[in-house]
Amino acid sequence: MRAVDLLTTAIGSTFRSKTRTTLTILAIFVGAFTLTITNGLGTGVNRYIDDTVAGFGASDVLSVTKTPADGISTGPRSGPRPYEPDTATTSGGRGAAGPGAGRGSAAVAVMTQSDLDALSAIDGVERVEPVRPVSVDYVQFGDGAKYVIGTGSRATGQTATMAAGAPPDDASGELELALPSEFVAPLGFADAQDAVGRNVTLAVTDATRQQHTVTAVVTGVSESAFTLGGGAAGMLPNEALVSALYSAQQTGVQPDQQNRYTQAQVRFSSSLTPTEVAALQSRLSDAGFESTTIAQQLGTFKSVIDGIVLVLDAFAVLALLAASFGIVNTLYMSVQERTREIGLMKAMGMGSGRVFALFSIEAVFIGFLGSAIGVLGGMGVGSAVSRMLGRTVLSDLQGLQLVAFDGVSIAGVIVLVMAIAFLAGTLPAARAARQDPVESLRYE
Amino acid sequence: MTAPVISVRDLRRSYGRGSGRFDALKGVSLDVAAGESVAIVGKSGSGKSTLMHLMALMDEPTGGSVELDGEDAARLAGRAVNRIRNRAFGFVFQQFFLTPNQSVLENVVLPLKIAGVPSGERRRRGMAALEQLGLADKARNRAVDLSGGQKQRVVIARALVGEPRVIFADEPTGNLDSTTGAVVEDILFSLNRERGITLVVVTHDDDLAARCHRRVHIKDGLIEQIEEAAA
Repeated sequence: MRAVDLLTTAIGSTFRSKTRTTLTILAIFVGAFTLTITNGLGTGVNRYIDDTVAGFGASDVLSVTKTPADGISTGPRSGPRPYEPDTATTSGGRGAAGPGAGRGSAAVAVMTQSDLDALSAIDGVERVEPVRPVSVDYVQFGDGAKYVIGTGSRATGQTATMAAGAPPDDASGELELALPSEFVAPLGFADAQDAVGRNVTLAVTDATRQQHTVTAVVTGVSESAFTLGGGAAGMLPNEALVSALYSAQQTGVQPDQQNRYTQAQVRFSSSLTPTEVAALQSRLSDAGFESTTIAQQLGTFKSVIDGIVLVLDAFAVLALLAASFGIVNTLYMSVQERTREIGLMKAMGMGSGRVFALFSIEAVFIGFLGSAIGVLGGMGVGSAVSRMLGRTVLSDLQGLQLVAFDGVSIAGVIVLVMAIAFLAGTLPAARAARQDPVESLRYE
Repeated sequence: MTAPVISVRDLRRSYGRGSGRFDALKGVSLDVAAGESVAIVGKSGSGKSTLMHLMALMDEPTGGSVELDGEDAARLAGRAVNRIRNRAFGFVFQQFFLTPNQSVLENVVLPLKIAGVPSGERRRRGMAALEQLGLADKARNRAVDLSGGQKQRVVIARALVGEPRVIFADEPTGNLDSTTGAVVEDILFSLNRERGITLVVVTHDDDLAARCHRRVHIKDGLIEQIEEAAA
């Protein structure tokens, strides 16, 4: 029998017992549907992290902190920690890409200029920039209302998704910033475009409780996005503005307390391979500095999502396993019903291999139908739910498509289901192939 | 005398083992010449169907040999046996064994489909076979909608479509009334006469048996008597 005849015959016999086939397909549908949704969830969330937070992805930057002298106080620890005059506690509130992100509160040693110099001397380090924490009291446009605003600490080279205008230019000497889109209306701008090019006033308080104001120009409006540290999005200042705010804030600080940092950013050559980056990190570690790449910070986040999706996938696969028993049952009944037909075909010279193929194809086809319908249904429902949530519950997270689909994983679902169906079909198909034509033809 | 197409030597077939062992054939030797018609006659349980199944290579003997054109079938590979059954043999069964929900034409071309003949040629040859049996107008009907006589003619068309050398018929008129049975008999014998197709018929219908060149009487797994036709 030719392959094409084998295929059409198998597909034809699938539809011979419609009710039975339909029920089996429904069982597979449930599994494939679930698998599609869970997969789509993983794809959607991960893609959102990739797209929106690509800003954090300056791949040639390391966040560096100094390991405290005792070497053990890093990271969360149980029990009270003894006070050490040279450590500072970082908490998630400080910055999006702060060293404590994902680790909770952690103690790090304060870095001084000598530490920065030591960092610069390490092989592979191109540039060292201390992270100067800036705490802005309020932002104001003209004589309008004053609003509290956070400072998004931008990794150098970070790109942000802009709703209007351009991101602030670090190379520029002008004091520039990008406003999060939530601030546009409250500050009194007509729309995002209206805000671009306007001057806003920022206020900081120095060590002597004296308030200083700094005027900066809005170069763009950033889309509100999800931040690693959580909380509302902050403004994005350029280098010059950070310097201006920082020096205003440092006014009155005793000279020996000035220029003490909890974190620095180390730039390395963007041509380094991941192994070379790891080597650089181990050199930093030898010198007493802890470092994380942006990828590492996002990596933990993504692996949590992947873990959740994996558990959900496992449930879907369980559903598919249950459905595969349905396939076994359906095909056994089919073989039973067609005993004489199989006997006749074998009497007429059809080989056992072909009989096996006939029933296997039937199983795979049932699997294909169930998974194709399940995938289509999953994509339809997933997209609809995702759109609905995007408009309501998750509307704060612009650009998030909760359930997204990519071709490879969708095709993967279909292939997986077809493979399970094939495995389920082997038992009945083998029984059909083993049938003795004389016995089968005697069967009433 | 023409060379035998099929010859069986000391053929034995047993089912089961130990005390439950049943010997269906206990040593049968028979030559079937090309172009002749042979009736295998006997009561039910005599072993006549078993003999036909062995001659048609649908079953393997416990002892003895089946030779096709002088070649021992036991030495043929399974694939070659399948090809012989597909190309050289045609089968007509008492219970028809038509696939009910398929069209008449689809049923008829099943051997060609198994042989791997392309669909255009299948259709042409299937229609030609139906034409011969006066069923061309029923080609599109479902097999289940035909009368008994029509069904058996479809079965003969199916046996004929591969242009076989031997047609094995197991009680071909068993499910038909005498008038339709006679029509089916006429068709089978005209194929034998005009096309030289060897006919091996298993029956306990004396009229049908009487029309064959030879009648082989089987009793308790042995040949009791072979009658040559007067004609």
